Amino acid sequence: MSCRQSELLDAYFDHELDLVHSLEIERHLEECRDCHAAFERRQSVRRVVEGGSLYFKAPASLESRLRARLSELGGVRRTQQSAGRLSLGAESSSATARASLGSVWARWVVSLAAATAVAFAAYFVMRVETRPYPSPEQLLAEDVVASHIRSLMPNHLTDVASTDQHTVKPWFDGRLDFSPPVVDLASDGFPLVGGRLDYLAGRPVAALVYGRRKHLINVFVWPSTESARESSGPRSVATIQGYNVLHWTKPGLTWWAVSDVNSKNLDEFARLLQEH
Amino acid sequence: MAVDDKLARFEQAVLPHLDAAYNLARWLTRQSADAEDLAQEAYVRAFEAFDGFRGGNARAWILTIVRHTCYTWLKHSRSQELETPFDEEAHSSAAADSTPEAALLADADREMLMRALQELPVEFREALVLRELEGLSYKEIADVAGVPLGTVMSRLARARKLLERSLTAPKNKDTSQGMSREMSKGSAR
Repeated sequence: MSCRQSELLDAYFDHELDLVHSLEIERHLEECRDCHAAFERRQSVRRVVEGGSLYFKAPASLESRLRARLSELGGVRRTQQSAGRLSLGAESSSATARASLGSVWARWVVSLAAATAVAFAAYFVMRVETRPYPSPEQLLAEDVVASHIRSLMPNHLTDVASTDQHTVKPWFDGRLDFSPPVVDLASDGFPLVGGRLDYLAGRPVAALVYGRRKHLINVFVWPSTESARESSGPRSVATIQGYNVLHWTKPGLTWWAVSDVNSKNLDEFARLLQEH
Repeated sequence: MAVDDKLARFEQAVLPHLDAAYNLARWLTRQSADAEDLAQEAYVRAFEAFDGFRGGNARAWILTIVRHTCYTWLKHSRSQELETPFDEEAHSSAAADSTPEAALLADADREMLMRALQELPVEFREALVLRELEGLSYKEIADVAGVPLGTVMSRLARARKLLERSLTAPKNKDTSQGMSREMSKGSAR
């Protein structure tokens, strides 16, 4: 296993390669027996790891201990802060006293120290604000909006255009490895428009399209990953370019909704979907 | 009131990642009691630094602090583990002897996997845990571990090769013995 591509094998395995390199590796895997075998080994180990329950969940006692410690800290900080304010007052009044002795030098030192402190604070704030990573959720929200915008281009909205849930749902059979729940909410003012296949979070997903007067809502559904099994209610993840993005989970399924309808309507829509 | 608000915000943003924090600490220290203490310590530090946190990826943020806390602890109580350079030569030469088959790997059970993963040098173990168990991207792992992206890629590649080999090595009652035997075999070469 000494070919050049073997260096990229793990990145390909982890879906970290761009399209051009991915295609290159895919071609290579068909030709190179060694790399192909290595790839199969990676898959085997991942399957074992996934089935191995190797994840150590925090013991419940840790969380309660931590919560107690944190609220204690919160309390302590409050008293410390007020105490600090008092002593700071004392210090600055003594500083004033000293300065009033007429020492220009002392005044210099004080203002220099203040300027340094301000510069430090500014530096720190800037550093923190330019933190490099948007969260995976934010990135996904951006992808959701991008998919929504793409879907609005001519002929991209639906693969199966139907207001009938009994037409849309079976359409997904055989096209996805799961069966997305499809309900019509026409009686609530959100008629089903159709469905299509889309690609998000590194996998094919079901996209369901609903209407709201002149507006469209895209709903994306796919099976949850291991780590997100519990359900959570709809919450607003982001507003990007005027589109509201909501996210919620149900046992086994991850849901995203995106639209330019106002957030109140979208909330209502998400709630209706979740209840079904 | 501002403090209560801070506590509430902290609990909402960072506390949901307690499992991730504990899991990483558990894998880095290989001890449950120490992992609990260190996870808690990391959370206390994070709470104190929370004013500087401007949103974004709270999980990567807390994991960075957990990692730092654990490494400081390892330096004090297990300095040996951090200082022993990893004998890449010895390991890769042994790897050349036998290329494991995918089918053999599929038979590995949880016990073997735990042991194999625990025996990996800490930086490889950390990369695998963050990638396979936590599902972090290369970029996130690079941020948490404070290393370049390319290093993440090569660490994961090496870690997986080591793991594959360790999983298909002849079974020993005590694999740490097996590992050191392999190491001495490699260096005697």
